[in-house]
Amino acid sequence: MNKPTVREIFDSMAYGPAPEGSAEVLSWIANHQGRFGHWIDGAFTKPGETFETRNPATGAVLAEVTQGTRADLDAAVAAARRAQPKWARLTGHQRAKYLYALARLVQKQSRLFAVLETMDNGKPIRESRDIDIPLVARHFYYHAGLAQLMASEQPGMEPLGVCGAVIPWNFPLLMLAWKVASALAAGNTVVLKPAEYTPLTALLFAEISREAGLPKGVLNVVTGDGQTGAGLVAHDGVNKIAFTGSTSVGKKIREATAGTGKALTLELGGKSPYIVFDDADMDSAIEGLVDAIWFNQGQVCCAGSRLLVQEGVADRFHSKLKRRMDGLRMGDPLDKCIDVGAIVDPVQLATIKTMVEGCTDGQVYHAACAVPAGCFYPPTLITGLSAASTLMQEEIFGPVLVSMTFRTPEEAVALANNTRYGLAATVWTENVNLALDIAPKLKAGVVWVNATNLFDAAAGFGGVRESGFGREGGWEGLLAYLKPTRQTKSLAVPKTAAEPDDLVVDGLDRTAKLFIGGKQARPDGGYSKAIVSPRGKLLGHVGLGNRKDIRNAVEAAHAAKGWAKTTAHNRAQILFFIAENLSARAAEFAARIKDQTGKPGEDEVDASIQRLFSYAAWADKFDGAVKSVPLRGVAIAMNEARGVIAALCPDEAPLLGLISAMAPAIAMGNTCVLVPSETAPLSACDLYQVLETSDLPAGVVNIVTGSHTELAKPLAGHLDVDAMWSFSAQPLSAMIERESAGNLKRTWVNHGRARGWYGAEGEGREFLRQATDVKTVWVPYGE
Amino acid sequence: MQTDTAATKLQLPLAAHARNPGMTLDLDWVASVQANTSAIERRAATIGGRRSVKKDFQAAWLLKAISVIDLTTLSGDDTAGRVQRLCAKARQPVQQSMLDALGVPGLTVGAVCVYHDMVETAVRALEGSGIPVAAVSTGFPAGLSPYHLRIAEIGESVRAGAKEIDIVISRRHVLTGNWQALYDEMRDMRAACGDAHVKAILATGELGTLRNVARASLICMMAGADFIKTSTGKEGVNATLPVTLTMIRCIRDYEARTGFKVGYKPAGGISKAKDALTYLCLMKDELGHPWLQPDLFRFGASSLLGDIERQLEHFLTGHYSAANRHAMG
Repeated sequence: MNKPTVREIFDSMAYGPAPEGSAEVLSWIANHQGRFGHWIDGAFTKPGETFETRNPATGAVLAEVTQGTRADLDAAVAAARRAQPKWARLTGHQRAKYLYALARLVQKQSRLFAVLETMDNGKPIRESRDIDIPLVARHFYYHAGLAQLMASEQPGMEPLGVCGAVIPWNFPLLMLAWKVASALAAGNTVVLKPAEYTPLTALLFAEISREAGLPKGVLNVVTGDGQTGAGLVAHDGVNKIAFTGSTSVGKKIREATAGTGKALTLELGGKSPYIVFDDADMDSAIEGLVDAIWFNQGQVCCAGSRLLVQEGVADRFHSKLKRRMDGLRMGDPLDKCIDVGAIVDPVQLATIKTMVEGCTDGQVYHAACAVPAGCFYPPTLITGLSAASTLMQEEIFGPVLVSMTFRTPEEAVALANNTRYGLAATVWTENVNLALDIAPKLKAGVVWVNATNLFDAAAGFGGVRESGFGREGGWEGLLAYLKPTRQTKSLAVPKTAAEPDDLVVDGLDRTAKLFIGGKQARPDGGYSKAIVSPRGKLLGHVGLGNRKDIRNAVEAAHAAKGWAKTTAHNRAQILFFIAENLSARAAEFAARIKDQTGKPGEDEVDASIQRLFSYAAWADKFDGAVKSVPLRGVAIAMNEARGVIAALCPDEAPLLGLISAMAPAIAMGNTCVLVPSETAPLSACDLYQVLETSDLPAGVVNIVTGSHTELAKPLAGHLDVDAMWSFSAQPLSAMIERESAGNLKRTWVNHGRARGWYGAEGEGREFLRQATDVKTVWVPYGE
Repeated sequence: MQTDTAATKLQLPLAAHARNPGMTLDLDWVASVQANTSAIERRAATIGGRRSVKKDFQAAWLLKAISVIDLTTLSGDDTAGRVQRLCAKARQPVQQSMLDALGVPGLTVGAVCVYHDMVETAVRALEGSGIPVAAVSTGFPAGLSPYHLRIAEIGESVRAGAKEIDIVISRRHVLTGNWQALYDEMRDMRAACGDAHVKAILATGELGTLRNVARASLICMMAGADFIKTSTGKEGVNATLPVTLTMIRCIRDYEARTGFKVGYKPAGGISKAKDALTYLCLMKDELGHPWLQPDLFRFGASSLLGDIERQLEHFLTGHYSAANRHAMG
């Protein structure tokens, strides 16, 4: 093609090439002879067995990087372990200075990072230059601040140790920042495994970390494929795994780390709804879609990929949208005038093609823009789909938007939540009443009102349901890298006294049933179990719950979901009332405890009443926050109930243990299924009458007595239970964590360690955090 | 190369498109207009980062920018001499050697914009150039003189030879929601213009909200405006990118509904070549190629041309230029 003359361009007014230079990046790679080892203990190792990393836009090989082996991981983890105690002992201010230096270095080398990111990943240079890299710098600045304030703001907390981070290819350096900044601020050291497709910016970052004077071993980078990642996840020397990636791999990591005691945060996939009401600013909502689904070629975990548009405006909206799509410019990602770049790898491109070609319903529209040869896929809209369509359910992870219509706000919420995922959601309406009504109803960790894909270090990001757990950003993100400072003892399995020969009960026979949906229900199996005092006296019988009782209890807990919408004041009133009614029968409960445990029960009853008061107090005081994000608007961090919480209650404190699990759960608006102490369940059974007389709505608390071992599995595997806690003395933690992978329910298990139920360990923020997830609602404003 | 006539043709106002006849006032449409300020600001803030034109393309785009400038003087101390000098600059916006080197020897600006008293002077000074004279009118800039005088002023300017009339709307009609009055006023002014084309100045800096900007845009188009224009240049805030987005999206909707293309003129505050490029990108992306031509797009600007001249010399020589190397307007 001949180069057009200025006069010809004057007439055509075409956009021309506007390439960003790549010389500096190529020279950095050349300085390393095009081959990289790992970054371990403050230096590059010699390259070992290598694989190629390519520029997906051209197919050209950029460099060779080393496939991380078991030995490499051992070396990296050992370096991190050596460095950790000293790093943790630094003052917050000292760590803050390093993080500040890293932020400054990212800014100083911002163009080098941006160009390298675009060449390795294929995303448009505009995005890496204007979004990714500035967010990286912001993240380090913000976490310098968290490190500075940590000692005063998070007393009683300590770092976890060595953190293994496994990150994806869609935002290589930004995901590094999200893991590394938080981990280092909290006093942990890191072994990072960047994605196989995009290892280079992590290596550049590691190299410049030397300029920040970062002590050796504090940050280590081991490159490699999924096997290297799996090796890091399985490594004994790692105390925490932070993973961002697909839901299927996330579930495998959940299973692989089950029972190891490793802390885990997962930021996984999504099929995030993008809801457009008929009163929205249509053009702005369409521009939002460009940023939602054609940002980074749609390879974004929180991409607004599922368009829900109100039926009356759908045709107009779709036709406007198609026109906008036609104006998108696709091509060389290094071109400063390009909207859509390359798909990260031919493998991904093939997946996208297969998924779209496999779509037999709906109308497929490809943008009329020119599609370059190679690893490119055009912006695509599929309209006329229904909730049952595969592409409405499955994450495509490409520039493909699927669309369907709704009629009412209620239906919009129902369709939005009709998914296994729950990462993000977007709502467009000019009606503030509607927006603020809808936002809390959406199952998502992040909700954007009249905007999309807004990120900031001060605002927590992360999902619910199968989009994973844990938050990144804000204080809530830092907490995922801390644990309470505490000496724990191992928890002994209580002995059960042998059943006496004389099975006659004093007085009238009382066989406790189960407590399900506000009613006392006979166990499905029709079996009961004798409860015997330590001295061998028969105290009574309790029902032996089975998996069907669990099913019924969980259904009852879901039927009571209105509980989350009651006011916090109302929940507080009910907790006070339970305490009052328990107090009225204190002597009876104390006697029962003595019967079951052989020890006086007055203190435990008194502590239980106090605990109920504590959570009645907390019910309306576990406040959210308004985050200071760089935006005219508010980012509201709301502590939302998790939903249905199942808990295996402690054996050693039959009443206080159960109250300690129940009260925080219901105070925060959850409903619960409780399995009481296996050896001393009668206190729980006595509590039925207290709950019945305390105005507690049916189904908010459900109690199933029986064997912890038998009941734990159906609860942990139940796909409609949102969280599971275990304080059981039985060795069930590993099984619960493994089974929880089915729906990625949040687990909180004791790993066989005891907890002091009477003191500070037995109540407070730790429990409240386990009963809630932070939802961040972004509301930009301005007229 | 027949650049001379081709370039000249492009200067003719509304040559290529049917004139907007207007339509019945549709208050339902006006009431349904939405403009989300934050979202519009975000889009406006990123356009400069999303689009980039370099080298030959940048030179061509800057020449295009010159071709759509309404070279303007609207000062109390305007004299015949001052206006004649401006008109000479309009005919020869860039020194001839540079235009020859760039392959656009006959390039002129889009129009010359003056007060009524200077129309005759300007018309004479531009005779034979094909460059139209635009007159600001209707009690510019406040629009608060007696109504019959404002209407009469239009006729006076048309008789004096103005081919384009830049009217100001009554901001109070927008601020009080008196849409019927705004529509009627615009109708009357359009009628008074006759064959002259009418640009409706909304004075967006005084309308309070982008929603009001959108409503006023729609009503002026319904009442037959050929162009909608942001500002007089005398308000505290003049043309901005968010206001531009709001107005041109209304133009797009109006065309979608009626089939008629209405022009857009941002005025005031656009003084840098880079800003002009950003505006052109926005017009191209939001409305398309027809809105990059002088019949549908103008810059109301006085000092923009000087900066573009310097950039063009830099393009040709590789050296940064100086203002004194280029003729004053």
